[in-house]
Amino acid sequence: MTDSTTSPLLVSTDPVLAEFAEDVGTSEPVAVAGGRTRWELGGALGPGTRIVTAPSGIVDYQPEEMTVRVRAGTSVAELHDELAAKGQRTGLPERGGTIGGALVVGENDYRCLGRGRLRETLLQVRYVSAEGLMVNSGGPTVKNVSGFDLPRLMVGSLGTLGLIAEVILRTNPIPAVSRWFCAAGADPGAVGEALLAPSAVLADGQQTWVELEGHGADVDEQAARLRTVGSFEVVDGPPSFPPHRWSLTPGQALEVDDAMLGDHVTIVGVGLVFASEPQPRRSIEPNIAIVSDRIKSNFDPTGRLNPGRNPAQK
Amino acid sequence: MLAGMRNRFSRRTETSGDPFVDALRGALSPERVKFDGAHRSLHSHDASVFDGGNSGPVVYPETTAEVQAVVRLANDYDRNVVPRGAGTGLAGGAIPLGAPVVVAVTRMNAVLEIDPINMVAWVEPGVINLDLTKHLQPFGFHFAPDPSSQQVCTIGGNVANNSGGPHCLAYGVTNAHVVALEVVLPSGDVVMLGGLEAEPQGLDLRGVFVGSEGTLGITTRVAVRLTKNRPEVRTLLLSFATVSDAANTVSGVIAAGIVPAAMEVMDQRITQAVENYVGAGYPLDAAAVLLAEVDGLADGVDIDADRIAEIGRANGATAVRLAESDQERALLWKGRKTAFGAIAQIAPDYYLHDTVVPRSALAGVLEEIYAIADRHDLLIMNVFHAGDGNLHPLIIFDARHEGVLDRVHAAGADIITASLDAGGVLSGEHGIGVEKQQYMERMFSADDLDHQNRLRQGFDPGCRTNPGKVIPSGHSCADIQSLRAVPNEVWG
Repeated sequence: MTDSTTSPLLVSTDPVLAEFAEDVGTSEPVAVAGGRTRWELGGALGPGTRIVTAPSGIVDYQPEEMTVRVRAGTSVAELHDELAAKGQRTGLPERGGTIGGALVVGENDYRCLGRGRLRETLLQVRYVSAEGLMVNSGGPTVKNVSGFDLPRLMVGSLGTLGLIAEVILRTNPIPAVSRWFCAAGADPGAVGEALLAPSAVLADGQQTWVELEGHGADVDEQAARLRTVGSFEVVDGPPSFPPHRWSLTPGQALEVDDAMLGDHVTIVGVGLVFASEPQPRRSIEPNIAIVSDRIKSNFDPTGRLNPGRNPAQK
Repeated sequence: MLAGMRNRFSRRTETSGDPFVDALRGALSPERVKFDGAHRSLHSHDASVFDGGNSGPVVYPETTAEVQAVVRLANDYDRNVVPRGAGTGLAGGAIPLGAPVVVAVTRMNAVLEIDPINMVAWVEPGVINLDLTKHLQPFGFHFAPDPSSQQVCTIGGNVANNSGGPHCLAYGVTNAHVVALEVVLPSGDVVMLGGLEAEPQGLDLRGVFVGSEGTLGITTRVAVRLTKNRPEVRTLLLSFATVSDAANTVSGVIAAGIVPAAMEVMDQRITQAVENYVGAGYPLDAAAVLLAEVDGLADGVDIDADRIAEIGRANGATAVRLAESDQERALLWKGRKTAFGAIAQIAPDYYLHDTVVPRSALAGVLEEIYAIADRHDLLIMNVFHAGDGNLHPLIIFDARHEGVLDRVHAAGADIITASLDAGGVLSGEHGIGVEKQQYMERMFSADDLDHQNRLRQGFDPGCRTNPGKVIPSGHSCADIQSLRAVPNEVWG
């Protein structure tokens, strides 16, 4: 072993990724299209923007490490099918989109209490920079504090800092049992207090839904507790959600104004609310905008990556 | 009376000979700005083996406004700033380079609010990790990250280092437990990064701030996530005839889809030292022991504990012991958590390394590490967070022996190489600091590092906050050589 040994992580030799970097090129406005499930989020794409497609395919799945290396253009559904065959899943939301799209949009699965938050799923990212270079950050292990955490910066960035080519994601085991319960009139706050770690608690003002997961006996025990705070029955799954997403604090979400939100389903303990009315534009602190704008111009001096989109205007 | 007061006042405001120090004394209070040789010398080091730090004045702010005043004055006087918690870092992250003002946040140590509706506690950065968990205990909560230094390390330091600990295997490291951060930016502006809402808008500046080793600003308040205490815990101690059997058990457990709360491995040299030190009840004849813990509900923990025992036996476990009482469990953990203290019996000095490898590579890399020890004629012990592949090879030595430090550093370099070759990374929880800057180029290309630097400069375009850390020399904000030498005009 010599000192000159370099890490196998250093440079990607995958020609598929190199081809993507070439597609992105070094000049002119460019954006990646994934499943277009949240295409309008953060502002309309500037006119004349060239659209490219990220490469797809599962490159290296290691169930025994609970990690998977996958190209950004792969659909979340395809990945989850592959993982499910080995009894695993990720924290990415399943709604018809791609891995890269889910990451740059940055929205959690509504069951994030059980599946983990999206931002904690991304371990390593390879992206094409505004200069057309392949940049790597993070690492393949489940624990890593080597250098600045650019994967965190990419999640929710709407592709404004770099265009994701390939990622390594954390997977986690699918519990032995997953079961949904529903009751009318149960106090969602009391439900949250009664349970140790529900995967999801939902409420629409009339009914409360709970997803319990784990070993069968544990789910039975938690279901018994659940029945002390409401007449919960087993149901097939959650209700359907109204189209608009509100981001509130968990406390605010328990006291929402029906007149403002219209029909709604609250994800209790998370602060997410799905409502028939859209959330008014939230403002961002001016001093945070200064830092964010400086980061944007450091990463993309000519503003060519996803022009028109702004993560602060999601 | 009046004359006496005036005298006392005038003594305290005696000029230091440096207008910046005088300005700091005016902004805080004279007794909270230390400029004597003893204070500066003490704050020129942290718990790492690295020398070469040089502290300027040391300040002890008590409020966000005071931190802000210090940062603004540093900008006015063109001086650098280094934040500091308890100074327990092992990578030299808190070592002041270039005689900056050291901002010690240890007096900002209040737990401000416990908010069970939003499942957070608001704390100041100087709160000690274990004190926070003790404070939360009556409410049925705890703070999940539990580094071995938790009796002394601060939450602010945990934020800076994205600290881990044994129980981060199931619960995640600090980043997963920090919801929002009040920060004084290098500009002197105070901002809130992240927030209690489900999905704060904008770039995740909170996420990149955690683990940035004090280079992006100074934390003044933290909203930490509350974790509910688990009603049932099972703690197992498995003994093995070889270290490889223990390592293979760990990867076998993960491969079986079990994520225990913790899985820690200690080799025979460590267990023997610990037994002499605290009498934790470890077997002296085992080549390695695995301390595995599962928590949750009664039935599930029994199922998982049985399966872990089964996987252990299939991998050659010579004994499997289940802690029968809370007392026995506490003693088993006391052994693990005092391992580093126990080492002092063996040799006066140790150098604790920190790398991560894929869990399936643990056995092979450990064998290589013992070979490295032999090659450099050194004693290496292993006690580590096996569940997430986080190795902590501990090199034991006596610095008085001539030439030993060169061998210690050469062995460290070989350990890093072995870890990277196995598909691992430079650091799992100690950070890069000054310790591993020179190795960053082994893991990242020049373009990768350039992008890390672009992030750093997004927060700190003047490179004024904890300069000379993380990113290797050759990139801006990292010109170590000039920082190591104290500029002539500054506190020579």
